[in-house]
Amino acid sequence: MANRNFRQRLKEYKRSPLSGLLFLLVCISAFIAVAVLIFLIIYILYHGIPNLTLPGLFAWEYNSENVSMMPAIINTVIMTALSLAMAVPLGVFSAIYLVEYAKRGNRLVKLVRITAETLSGIPSIVYGLFGYVLFVITLHWGYTLLSGAITLAIMILPLIMRTTEEALIAVPDSFREGSFGLGAGRLRTVFRIVLPSAVPGILAGVILAIGRIVGESAALIFTAGTNPVVPDSLFASTRTLSVHMYALMSEGLYTEQAFATAVVLLVVVIFINALSGFVAKRLATDK
Amino acid sequence: MKKYSETAMKYIFMASATVSIIAVVVICVFLFSKGFPTIAEIGVFNFLGGTVWKPLEGHFGIFPMIVGSIYVTAGAIILGVPIGILCAVFMARFCPPKLYKILKPAVDLLAGIPSIVYGFFALMVIVPVMQDIFGGSGKGILTASILLAIMILPTIIGVAESALRAVPESYYEGSLALGATHERSVFFTLLPAAKSGILAGVILGIGRAIGETMAVVYIAGNQPILPDSILSGVRTMTANIVLEMGYAADGIHRNALIATAVVLFVFILIINLSFSLLRRRND
Repeated sequence: MANRNFRQRLKEYKRSPLSGLLFLLVCISAFIAVAVLIFLIIYILYHGIPNLTLPGLFAWEYNSENVSMMPAIINTVIMTALSLAMAVPLGVFSAIYLVEYAKRGNRLVKLVRITAETLSGIPSIVYGLFGYVLFVITLHWGYTLLSGAITLAIMILPLIMRTTEEALIAVPDSFREGSFGLGAGRLRTVFRIVLPSAVPGILAGVILAIGRIVGESAALIFTAGTNPVVPDSLFASTRTLSVHMYALMSEGLYTEQAFATAVVLLVVVIFINALSGFVAKRLATDK
Repeated sequence: MKKYSETAMKYIFMASATVSIIAVVVICVFLFSKGFPTIAEIGVFNFLGGTVWKPLEGHFGIFPMIVGSIYVTAGAIILGVPIGILCAVFMARFCPPKLYKILKPAVDLLAGIPSIVYGFFALMVIVPVMQDIFGGSGKGILTASILLAIMILPTIIGVAESALRAVPESYYEGSLALGATHERSVFFTLLPAAKSGILAGVILGIGRAIGETMAVVYIAGNQPILPDSILSGVRTMTANIVLEMGYAADGIHRNALIATAVVLFVFILIINLSFSLLRRRND
């Protein structure tokens, strides 16, 4: 079926116009999906790149004259590092428990799966308000870097758990059997044999999580706040790049700067997606 | 000594695994403990059924926002689902491998673009187009629906594609053997067989659309009124929170916004539950 040529196809569609119509519809739909993406990217880049040269856009200090995005970029890196530092060990360890330790039909495993699924479905604004109620109201921390990082860590936990789980499951059982056969214990097998071969898969998940953190705004506005300076402690208010863009847009005066910020965000996201795909592909070819 | 570290690590792994359980419990406890008393204070009917939202005058009716969220989501589903499913069909059954290598990362990228960038794009592109075509502000249900349809595409495509790929090849071959064309085989045997998986993708898309905040807040118009046409401006529950949380004073106004998030959360829990029930039935 796959190797029929164009003329054969046309003949077939003449006999069955419905098939031709369906073929046309699927092609149009796929075209729409890609066209929207390409248009969005080109539009943002075309209108945004000239604005990257605005004076002081990358100045170290933010003020209302230059609305520099540099502090926001630094904050984004700090926020990402903090969230990952919390979520990656927890996520990887949970996945290790689910795949390597838990027995089949374990009740705890079912509960973990259900709750992880629930977490991944919660919208970011609900995370934001939860963080607000817990950290800002109940604990009286105010808007802080740490509140934002913890909120984001919970948000990306299910993503890291799922990708790590998939990566661990993909490690052939013969690896484990070989290690056990040589007299290694379960712990040594996990850390020396299973985890190293699952690293590319885990890494691909972590990179996707970075993308989520960089793009997040709704969960951060009411937990980390919108202060455009580099924080001097975990308990200072900060704004990440996405929140910076939100602030620029809501002030309504800085369309050009918003365009420039959109370019930076878009480039980062494209780079992150490409990197994740590349790492995942390496996983596929290694096996 | 070695034995000791083995068991210790086992319990550390187990403790990590319980973090997601704890997280869900803590989220529920904190949100509900703030939200439910507020809803009780305002009155369940006044809050959920009230059509007037004037916080400064003590009117806290979020019915227009609930309707707004549902309309915008419904619009996104109507526009996005057909395109998403057809695109998934293309990727699973029509796409040459070379094209797939471009298409799949493109769809993934569509999922990765931050919602704030989508919102900005819509404000700059879709809103002016709507102004030209229909007049008015260009912001409203239709504008928001179009953008949300784009944003839920990758979710629907991803789930629907894997559902289509999970259908046994024999279904397709059987249909071909009976003389059906490639297209007919795909649409009339594979698609019905993958129906419940595709439905699960649609439900997931509904969850995404109803919870979307930053993209919607700039293009939905944000009037807290019951809409009378698809061009009329609406305020979604998510937008209500973002718009007023910044300046809401301590007390009932702020608590009413948290209660709005609780209502949204309950919506999401129901959607999630139906998604996992549907998926369990598939397995």
